[in-house]
Amino acid sequence: MKTVNVRVNGATYARTIDDRLSLADFVREHCLLTGTHVGCEHGVCGACTLVLNGKPVRSCITLAAAADGADVRTVEGYDGDVVMAAIRRAFNLRHGLQCGFCTPGMLATAYDIVTRLPDAGRERIKAELGGNLCRCTGYLSIVQAIEDVLTEMRGNAGGSAARDQIIANEECMP
Amino acid sequence: MKPSPLDYTRASSLDHVVELLANATDETRIIAGGQSLGPLLNLRLASPRRLIDISHIDELRRARIEGTDLAIGPCVTHAQVEDGELPDVTHGLMQHVARGIAYRAVRNRGTIGGSLAHADPAADWIATMAALGARVQLRGCRDERVLEIEELINGPLSTVIAPDEVITSIRVPRLSSGARWGHSKFARKLGDFADSMAIVVVDRDRSFVSGVLARRAEPPARLPRMIAALTAPDLQGAIDDAIDSDLKSLRIEAEDVRLHRAMIRRATREATR
Repeated sequence: MKTVNVRVNGATYARTIDDRLSLADFVREHCLLTGTHVGCEHGVCGACTLVLNGKPVRSCITLAAAADGADVRTVEGYDGDVVMAAIRRAFNLRHGLQCGFCTPGMLATAYDIVTRLPDAGRERIKAELGGNLCRCTGYLSIVQAIEDVLTEMRGNAGGSAARDQIIANEECMP
Repeated sequence: MKPSPLDYTRASSLDHVVELLANATDETRIIAGGQSLGPLLNLRLASPRRLIDISHIDELRRARIEGTDLAIGPCVTHAQVEDGELPDVTHGLMQHVARGIAYRAVRNRGTIGGSLAHADPAADWIATMAALGARVQLRGCRDERVLEIEELINGPLSTVIAPDEVITSIRVPRLSSGARWGHSKFARKLGDFADSMAIVVVDRDRSFVSGVLARRAEPPARLPRMIAALTAPDLQGAIDDAIDSDLKSLRIEAEDVRLHRAMIRRATREATR
């Protein structure tokens, strides 16, 4: 057993855990944040993707003990974030989710694409989404949603608010 | 929780790793990004009693120029290479290869040292490092040693790394300014392990020409006849025959020959264009 301190969505969780516990099970069962979904549990499907120290990772093959002292952001941690608000709006308008199982991972990856690759076109978006499996929505509407956000950010004033958000995120990264 | 019970220790320095590795047995495994070991733990294909996490050691997460080599810390991630955070001593070859490894979420944690130690023959770094003539530095409790990639790899998923040894750096020789490379990878799914991958490096100023073929179940293979044809200017026209001759000596299944031939030819063409 180990005692770890993990900052999740701005709150610090001090928990005594089994050494073999995954970060996915930690946020679900020890922080009671069940928005992170566990699918294949061996790093293939991408449903468990969350943000660890500012970068998307597979939480099912990351040990919670390895995240001791780290900063985690799950799908529950985007209140007031205008970039995620734009992504959610686009997923809504484009019907980018149906059953919702893959969605937390899709959103984490979409956020990474929008913030890291502002010039990405459709082919690049598809390639970047290659690590997230969806079995019911269909990828087309997810790709279109992300495309919409990037177009919006490149174009208008909504885009500059989104860029301010990206800069603010970078400033508070550990 | 899916893995077997285990004891996790986070090492704070290289000396601490070596201290923890004293009296280590097969039950002890080093973990860095855990992108290969993590799935094996969850599927219980590996069930070590003890994990030593080296991924938080700063000196293992950096790369620096040492003489004519780039010395890369084993815990440098694929994403760091992809993003161009390392000095580019390979004219973009490493960056190009990194971009094709799995997916960004995996590249953010997966490491070069972990990939070499895991020794999946179809993985990207083993073949790339073999083609670049890179060497791997190991530190054990008693001594240090430096190995060529061929000396490091025993076979699929098997290396000569002793239970009490750890990779301390991967030394990649700097290509000279006129050097060229070719890389051709075939995988049915984006980011997957290669069904076939060929890498050719032609660095005439250093008298260094190499060609490597990676496949699913065999260690990377050198292509001696193709290299000889590339090295002798009057044999240029015979390169395709040399490739066929190399493929014949590797005793490849008939249905795979065309795929491997196509990958080697593409990489060779790219490196000699």
